[in-house]
Amino acid sequence: MPKEFVGPESDKLLGANLVPETLNGLLAGFAMAFTPEVMLYAFVGCVVGTLVGVLPGVGPLAGISLLLPVTFGLNPVSAIVLLAGIYYGAMYGGSTTSILMRIPGEAASVMTCIDGYAMTQKGRGGAALAVAAVGSFVAGTLSIVGLMLLAPPLAEFALRFGPPENFALLVLGLLVLAYMSSGSMTRSLAMAALGLLLGMVGMDTMTGLFRFEYGLSELGDGIGIVPVAVGLFGISEILISAGQSTRVDVRAPRLRELLPTRREWRASAGPIGRGTLLGFFIGIIPGPGHIISSFVSYSIERRLSKHPERFGKGAIEGVAGPESANNSATSGAFVPMLALGLPSGAVPAIMLAALMIHGIAPGPLLIQQQPQLFWAVIASMYVGNVVLLILNLPMVGLFVNILRVPYSYLYPSLLAFATLGVYAVNNSVVDLWIMGGAGLLGYVLRKLEFELAPIILGLVLAPMLELSFRQSLAMSAGNYTIFFTHPISAFMLSVALVLLLLGMRSTFTRAEGTRALASLEPSASQAQKGNP
Amino acid sequence: MRSPTIDQVAGSVLAAFSLLVLWECRKIPFGFLAEPGPGAVPLILAIALLAISIAVIAGGRAGRRFADVRWTEWRHAAAILASCAFMALAIERIGYRLTVLVALVFLTSVVEKKGWIAGAVYAGCFAFGTHYLFNHVLGVPLPQGPFGL
Repeated sequence: MPKEFVGPESDKLLGANLVPETLNGLLAGFAMAFTPEVMLYAFVGCVVGTLVGVLPGVGPLAGISLLLPVTFGLNPVSAIVLLAGIYYGAMYGGSTTSILMRIPGEAASVMTCIDGYAMTQKGRGGAALAVAAVGSFVAGTLSIVGLMLLAPPLAEFALRFGPPENFALLVLGLLVLAYMSSGSMTRSLAMAALGLLLGMVGMDTMTGLFRFEYGLSELGDGIGIVPVAVGLFGISEILISAGQSTRVDVRAPRLRELLPTRREWRASAGPIGRGTLLGFFIGIIPGPGHIISSFVSYSIERRLSKHPERFGKGAIEGVAGPESANNSATSGAFVPMLALGLPSGAVPAIMLAALMIHGIAPGPLLIQQQPQLFWAVIASMYVGNVVLLILNLPMVGLFVNILRVPYSYLYPSLLAFATLGVYAVNNSVVDLWIMGGAGLLGYVLRKLEFELAPIILGLVLAPMLELSFRQSLAMSAGNYTIFFTHPISAFMLSVALVLLLLGMRSTFTRAEGTRALASLEPSASQAQKGNP
Repeated sequence: MRSPTIDQVAGSVLAAFSLLVLWECRKIPFGFLAEPGPGAVPLILAIALLAISIAVIAGGRAGRRFADVRWTEWRHAAAILASCAFMALAIERIGYRLTVLVALVFLTSVVEKKGWIAGAVYAGCFAFGTHYLFNHVLGVPLPQGPFGL
């Protein structure tokens, strides 16, 4: 068990002594993080996370859910350090197969495939890996500084958000995602609405009434995020890839090939900086921040580039920006989770579940009541980032060797792992049926070139969206103008409306305009070309 | 007559789904506009999905034809989904090890034609190895089958 914590009282952080108090807390956190037990779990988390990120079909969500039951016997600090290690390890690991084989290990690495793989085809795969690893390290480290310094004040600001602001924020998040998606905005909105409707299954939190559960008690708590996510992303990937018998040409770059040129370093500096900032702030917003941030970062880099035509053909900026952004978003996601007890997505939601299993109540008081947890997690993230930098580059050959396993043996193993992980979360067979159903749905939708991310975002946000909508109306005695009389909510809803109108215009006039430039996700058919 | 586009087919399916949800919503109290009940948000979302589906159909007249979609891997996909269904049906009846063993032998030896011995060795190692790792080393409880398997 880690030693007694002697850190700062978090309420002082809001005062003038922010920096010294933060440093005290960090030192105390490092004292805990450097205990053999916590170090071991940070290391194991990083290694497992990297493997999870490398394997197609097993994202951080599946990886964390698979290992969630393992943490039941650990103390809370070790448990959350292990899960956090898997989370940001997967962000690192996902880049490896994206760059070398155009196989996104997890959804946040989709953007890295485009230019990363193009660089590999030009013989610059090693440089792309190095830039991705260094960018991830820089972004990861800087964003932890951001998390450490900004969590308390941001929590204080976000606490001013009432139900109308929360509702507007969630609506805006969904519309931003739909606007940023490739193809027509209406298709993405349809997927978001589908996800929101799936999120309506289960007990109504305000009245306790069961909806759409059809006598299945397992659906009382709603459709699980884990089986849907594993099915939509993991099983559908297996279904699409299984029939393709092409052997994967795994060629790990040699150490000397990992060195980027001076021009590549220079070109990467800006995208890494922008990706770090962007990812951190997007990560705070509810939704799959690590996915959205990589998409938005790619779009921004392309727009800022003097030669946007290079994107898609091996632009290093297209690797540096998204990789930095998705790693930074991982830390950003910890801000609302640790400061407010609000999960910003599926992975933080599972981590919060792990905390609750250990008897820790998430919420604004968590930092004050459990400072050892907060600071040990922060310190272990620094340690984890160093471990990942050391692991990722020299051992890239070892990690990609897992892809030498013939796919005819690999996919049955993945299927069995997915089954084991989904079943182990709730010991529920219904979850396995949901996983299979979501897999079939994901397969069909990918064949029809629909995007899947809005479904999972809708599913995650649905209960929050409904609760904030109804709470807002309860606050205003049924007056709908409450959403427009609150300035923050009015602003966010106005932005959402503008995005909606712009998106609809391009849908019906076929004038893709700016959205064509922000065409972010490769279509299913494009993605398949890179699959084994 | 030209075949429908992907958007027309998908939009129609989504519209049908939204109509189904609208029909099911009648069982849940709507509440009032000023004080929405548990059925209000699902109803609003179903109406929104219906409207969006119509927009998808209307906007997709000139898109890619549904008939052009190639389902070349459907046999593999069907076999994998059948394995998923089998595992869901069997895991609590015959236990984790036997379920995974049978599913993996089916996928490697029958679907992928890797030979019975190779398939059985791989499936046995995987099923018993992961059971030992998760159940005994990591302490994740997994369902037992007949004869302690």
